[in-house]
Amino acid sequence: MEQVARAAISILFDGVAYGMLLFIISVGLSITMGLMGFANLAHGAFAMAGGYVLVSLMLTFDLPFIPALLLAAVAVAAVSVLFERFLYRRLYQADELDQVLLSIGLVFMATAAITFIYGPSTVSLKVPAYLQGQIDLWIGLFPAYRSFTIAVGGLLILALWYGFEGTIIGVKIRAAVDNRRMAQSIGINVDRLFVIAFALGSGLAALGGGLAIEIIGMSPTFSLTYLVFFLIVVAVGGLGSIRGAFVAALFLGIVDTAGKYLWPDGGAFFIYAMTIAVLLVKPEGLFGRA
Amino acid sequence: MNYRKLFPGIIAMLGLAWSGANAETVKIGVVLPYSGGAAQFGEQIDRGMNLFVSQHKEAFGGHEIELIKRDSKRPGGDIAKNAVQELITREKVDLLTGFVFSPNAMASAPLINQAKVPMVIMNAGTAWIPKLSPYIARVSFTMWHAGYPMGGYASESLGCKTAVVGFTNYPPGKDSRNAFTTGFEKAGGKVLEAIPMGGPRQVPDFTPFFQRVKNAKPDCFYVFVPAGNHAVAVVKTYANLGMRAAGIRLIGPGDITQDTKLQDMPKEAAGMITVHHYSADYKTPVNLAFVKAWKAAYGADTTPDFMGVAGYDGMAAIAHAIKAQNGAVSADGTIKALSGWSYDSPRGKITIDPETRDIIQDSNVHKVVLKDGRMMIEVIGTIPQVKDPCKANGIGKCK
Repeated sequence: MEQVARAAISILFDGVAYGMLLFIISVGLSITMGLMGFANLAHGAFAMAGGYVLVSLMLTFDLPFIPALLLAAVAVAAVSVLFERFLYRRLYQADELDQVLLSIGLVFMATAAITFIYGPSTVSLKVPAYLQGQIDLWIGLFPAYRSFTIAVGGLLILALWYGFEGTIIGVKIRAAVDNRRMAQSIGINVDRLFVIAFALGSGLAALGGGLAIEIIGMSPTFSLTYLVFFLIVVAVGGLGSIRGAFVAALFLGIVDTAGKYLWPDGGAFFIYAMTIAVLLVKPEGLFGRA
Repeated sequence: MNYRKLFPGIIAMLGLAWSGANAETVKIGVVLPYSGGAAQFGEQIDRGMNLFVSQHKEAFGGHEIELIKRDSKRPGGDIAKNAVQELITREKVDLLTGFVFSPNAMASAPLINQAKVPMVIMNAGTAWIPKLSPYIARVSFTMWHAGYPMGGYASESLGCKTAVVGFTNYPPGKDSRNAFTTGFEKAGGKVLEAIPMGGPRQVPDFTPFFQRVKNAKPDCFYVFVPAGNHAVAVVKTYANLGMRAAGIRLIGPGDITQDTKLQDMPKEAAGMITVHHYSADYKTPVNLAFVKAWKAAYGADTTPDFMGVAGYDGMAAIAHAIKAQNGAVSADGTIKALSGWSYDSPRGKITIDPETRDIIQDSNVHKVVLKDGRMMIEVIGTIPQVKDPCKANGIGKCK
C-alpha cells in the first residue's frame, strides 16, 4: 500500500512539473494559432533562444539564475516583435502551407545558427544551490528544481488567467480569437493585439526554454525534437484556449511520466495513444471550438 | 570553434614523401559523428588520432596517410552505412576506422565483408561486433570489460545484495545490462529488474525511471548510458532525487564518469564507483606525458577521455598495420598484423587478442573523489589484462 502511494506521489509530482514546463512553452503557440491562425512551427525556436540566451547571460555576464531567466524572456520577447513585424505579418493571409514552410525554415536556420555559435553539444548550467537537491514540503522531500518549476507554472497560470479574464487587453484578445472581423469592426486594433500576443507567447516560450535546460536539456535540435509535444498540447487543448493548453499540458506530462514509470519498455507509446484517443472523440480538442 | 568540423572531407597529408621511393599513400576512411549531440565524441577521437599522427610520423614506416572523414551524425546506423559505402566504392579507401556507436559499426559490417576492407573500431563496444566480420579489429573495449567485473565487485566488495539495472535501450545498453547481470548474479547478487531508459539520440528526462528505482530500494543501481550529456543527466537526477540518502549506490561502467564530463557533475558524484579502462587522472608516466601533450595541443582546459585515448591507440594500431604491410594494405594483412599486436598505451598495456580480434586490457575500479574543488578519478583496484568475458564465456551472441 505504501509502495503504491509512493509511486502515485512520484508520478503526480514529476508529471505536474513536466506538464507545467510544457504549458509554459506551448501556451504562446496556442495563442498565436488561435488568435492569428498562424501555424508557427518555429515556436520552439523562441524557447531554444531563451535557453541559450540564459546560458550566455549566466556564463558570460555572470548574472544570477533568476534575473538571467527573466532577462532572457524579455530579450526574446523583444526580438520576436521584429520577427512578427517583418516576417510573420506578411503571411497572415497566406495559406497554411506557406506559413508552415516559412516557420519550418526558421527552425532549420535557428538550429544552424545555434550550432554555429554554441556548438552541437547539449549545454548545461549550474543552478543556484537552493534549487539543487531536495526540499522539505511538509508531506515529504521533493526535488527542489521541479518544485520551483511547478511554482513558476502556477504563478503564470494565475497571472494569465487574470490577464485574460480581468483586464481590458485580455477581453480584446478573447474577442479577436472568437471573431476577428467583428472585433476589428468595433474598433479593436487587432494588428497591435497580434504584436502583444506574439511577444507574450515568445517570451513565455523563452522562459520555458530557460527552465527546461535543467529538466529536459537544451541542444540545437531542441525546437525540432519537442515540436511534436508542443503541437500535441495545442491540438489536445484546443486552439487559442489557455485553459485547454493548461489541462492538455498537465495531462501530457502526467501520462508521459506514468508511462515511463509504470511501463518503461513502452517508451513514448502512451502519449501518442492518448492523443489519438482524445482527438478521435473530440477532434477540436478538449476546450476547442468546433 | 573547431574548423575541422566544418570541413569533414579535409585531407590530412603527412609530409613523408621524401623518405623513400616506395612510399605509398594509404587512404583511411574515418566515420565519426561530427555534428549533432554526439559531435563531442567525434572531436575526442579525432583529436586522439591527430595527436598520434603529429607525434609519431615515423611509426607509419615512411608511408603517407590520407584521412577521408565522413559524418555519421546519429546512432541509427543508416547514415554511417551510406558513408561507408561511399568511402569504399568512390573513395576506394584501404581501411576504415572511427565508429562511436555500435549500430553504425553493425550496419557497416556486411559492406566490409563484401569489399574486403579492414575496419579498426575506435569505440563501439557491443561485445559481439567482431563476430560480424573477420576483418574487424577493436582497440576500444567491450561492454563486458566494465559491466562483468562491476557485477562481481558490487556483490563482493561493495556488499550489494540487490541491484537494479537502468540502460539506454539499444544494443550496447542491452549488452552492458547482460554483462553486469551475469557478473552480479554469478557472485550471488540478485538483479531486481532492468529498466530501459529511452534511446541514445536524445538525453531523456531520467526522473520517472529513477523514481521507480528509488521506490524499489536496491542496494546498487547500475546505469549504462552512452557517456556524454547522458552521463551528466544521470548524476544530476541521482542527486536531485536524494537517492544516496535513500541508501542507493550509483555504479556503472566508466561511461557515466567520463573525464570530460566530471566537472559538470554535482557534488553527489563524489563516491561513485565505476569500472573502466581509462581515465585522464592515471598517474603512469605514459599517461602523464599523453595528457600533457594533449593539453599542449588542444588547450589547458581540455582533457582526453576514453574516446580520445581510443583514437590515439587506434592510430597506433593503424600505423603498425601499415608499416607491417609496407604500405600495401589488405584486409587479411591488416588483421594478421594486428593479431597479437601489443602497445604501451596511456591506459596501460593493450594487446589485440589473435582469437577474437578484440582488445585485452586492464579493467580498473574507479572511485570519484573531490580534491581541491575538482572531481578526480582514483584507481582503487585493478583486474589485470581482461579478455572480453562475453566471448571467453561464450554467452549469447558471443558464442
